[in-house]
Amino acid sequence: MLLNVENLRVSVESEEEGAAKEILKGLSLSIAPGEVHAIMGPNGSGKSTFSHVLAGKPGYEVTAGAASFRGRDLLELAPEERAAAGLFLAFQYPVEIPGVPYMQFLKVALNSQRKLRGEEELSTPDFMRLVREKTAQLNIPMDMLRRPVNVGFSGGEKKRMETLQMAVLDPTLCILDEIDSGLDIDALRVVADGVNALRSEKRGFLLITHYQRLLDYIEPDHVHVMAAGRIVRSGGKELALELEKEGYAAYVEDTAA
Amino acid sequence: MADQNTVKTVEELGEKYKYGFETEVEMDKAPKGLNEDIIRFISKKKGEPEWMLQWRLDAYHKWLEMEEPTWAKVHYPPVDFQDLYYYAAPKKQAIKSLDELDPEILKTYEKLGIPLKEQEVLAGVEGASKVAVDAVFDSVSVVTTFREELAKAGVIFCPISEAIRDHPDLVRKYLGSVVPVGDNFYAALNSAVFTDGSFVYIPKGVRCPMELSTYFRINEKQTGQFERTLIIADEGAYVSYLEGCTAPMRDENQLHAAVVELVILDEAEIKYSTVQNWYPGDAEGRGGVYNFVTKRADCRGRNAKVSWTQVETGSAITWKYPSCILKGDGSSGEFYSIAISNGFQQVDSGTKMIHLGKNTTSRIISKGISAGRSQNTYRGLVSVGRKATGSRNYTQCDSLLIGETCGAHTVPYITAKTPHAKVEHEATTSKIAEDQLFYCQSRGIPEEEAVALIVNGFVRDVIQKLPMEFMAETQRLINISLEGSVG
Repeated sequence: MLLNVENLRVSVESEEEGAAKEILKGLSLSIAPGEVHAIMGPNGSGKSTFSHVLAGKPGYEVTAGAASFRGRDLLELAPEERAAAGLFLAFQYPVEIPGVPYMQFLKVALNSQRKLRGEEELSTPDFMRLVREKTAQLNIPMDMLRRPVNVGFSGGEKKRMETLQMAVLDPTLCILDEIDSGLDIDALRVVADGVNALRSEKRGFLLITHYQRLLDYIEPDHVHVMAAGRIVRSGGKELALELEKEGYAAYVEDTAA
Repeated sequence: MADQNTVKTVEELGEKYKYGFETEVEMDKAPKGLNEDIIRFISKKKGEPEWMLQWRLDAYHKWLEMEEPTWAKVHYPPVDFQDLYYYAAPKKQAIKSLDELDPEILKTYEKLGIPLKEQEVLAGVEGASKVAVDAVFDSVSVVTTFREELAKAGVIFCPISEAIRDHPDLVRKYLGSVVPVGDNFYAALNSAVFTDGSFVYIPKGVRCPMELSTYFRINEKQTGQFERTLIIADEGAYVSYLEGCTAPMRDENQLHAAVVELVILDEAEIKYSTVQNWYPGDAEGRGGVYNFVTKRADCRGRNAKVSWTQVETGSAITWKYPSCILKGDGSSGEFYSIAISNGFQQVDSGTKMIHLGKNTTSRIISKGISAGRSQNTYRGLVSVGRKATGSRNYTQCDSLLIGETCGAHTVPYITAKTPHAKVEHEATTSKIAEDQLFYCQSRGIPEEEAVALIVNGFVRDVIQKLPMEFMAETQRLINISLEGSVG
């Protein structure tokens, strides 16, 4: 099992004193290698919180439950250790890092992970070879890598570079947090192609999205509906089509009751 | 970019201040205190002609009438000028070859990584380049290498005390012409008691065949080191000069009041780079060097060019404004600065660009990084005179704050007395965002390395202006000075 989450409860530190707000209220989910899962749900259901907690973003408190990743206690690991263990979060809003060329960023990231795993760092020529291979596969022009990380990038460009990072860093679990947000159809197709190129027996995907449309391009094996901090229903890809027709209303009412 | 170094050198963060050690060498000291006798003692020790002694005494009398300036954003306990030694030199002097050098001193410089061994550098060891070194140990220049090669080109590069004896005409002509003796309190003090520094003269049309470099160390307790440097680029000449400093651990504050004068004639160019790493004080903010420096370049000639590039990471207090007087028509001045403050350090630094001639240009790029409980101030003046038509200035000063307890301040002064000039000023202030840090960590980059990476990106524009040889040392220095700044 790649990812095993059991009854996870997570609160967010609130601005009012002593009032922590519970966002995840007992979430359970399992992902095996080779599987593509999608989590869909309305705003405020806790989808992004879930992806942030898996990646180890500070500011969240786990109050109950457990999460294991490839047999290890995920919540015990620092964010960089989770990355080195093979977890990758493609951000909804990738951050800018002025003055740092993408090429340099990728090299430092890859070698930091290798070092954490006790592997030898990649030499510059070997790294360049790897990058050339991956950019060719994903149809990304090499000179995008000379630009500072995400500075002045369009939404589509940012998401494409997230897929390049995936290709270079070679993670086993890819969490894509609303990778379709802000993209037009053409950009979406390009990004989806990139993700599909990475599908393999050993790799798992967790897609987080509002809209069924993404799932036309990246076909899931399992679809889950999330509402009010929990997964309230699971099914196959037909569930996504049903949601598109009916909307989330039924699930929101259920949880409100 | 030396990103491999970034990752590697962060490992070295275990040793807090790598250069904190002393050398046990016999020192020849004047008694503590400052008076005419001490000045005569210094002048005699240096074998100076009468005119030089008079120059010093004149400066001393001016100094006695002056008051310490207090307008900067730096705070320190009052300096007792009578409680310092103004002269300290190793006992053995006037050696003919490296073999005669006190082995302790040689060992010290090896520890500092200074290429004193001519053979090593000449043999073309990987990464080594032709850098001539005039090493100053406290107050006396110890060895000058590469003299023969420079002599062939007609370049004079020697300790200033030697220049006073061997090239008095040149020294008399230019000394004090850029920073007059009465210019400011610390310049006057320096003029009275300077004990060494570099003298460089590049003859007409000569491009100095190698980078010139000087290392300084403050070794003795309570020694104020007062260097005086004078560099003259005659018509059409070019020289690149690097100044790099380190100092050992100390409890008492040490005063470093240097003066650097650059003279650039028609069509000539001087590139002056500084990497400053003086002892910054301990974790509680005690001790550390006071770096109160006057540096000024006089672009006297047509199309004269000067650039100041500085990386300031050390000292308890840094107080300096490398400046350019742009007299010659078409002359240009550049100032590139990275000033890092951590712990309890204080920095009040910047530049003055004085546009006097027509079509003169100046460019200022200042990157201030504050961390810990430090205070970092950029203070700059751009002044365009009435006759400086067609002049242009571009200033960009950016501040980066790391953590919640440091401060960054910007004090720009702009005066323009002609409407036919263009002055642009941009400033940004930013923090290392938690989001940026988390983004890096989510990619496998631990927090300290992420800070180093982000800071590297922030200072990139300025790092690229440094001579190649010193980029790696600078990266290392920046990473080490930011140790422990996060969390």
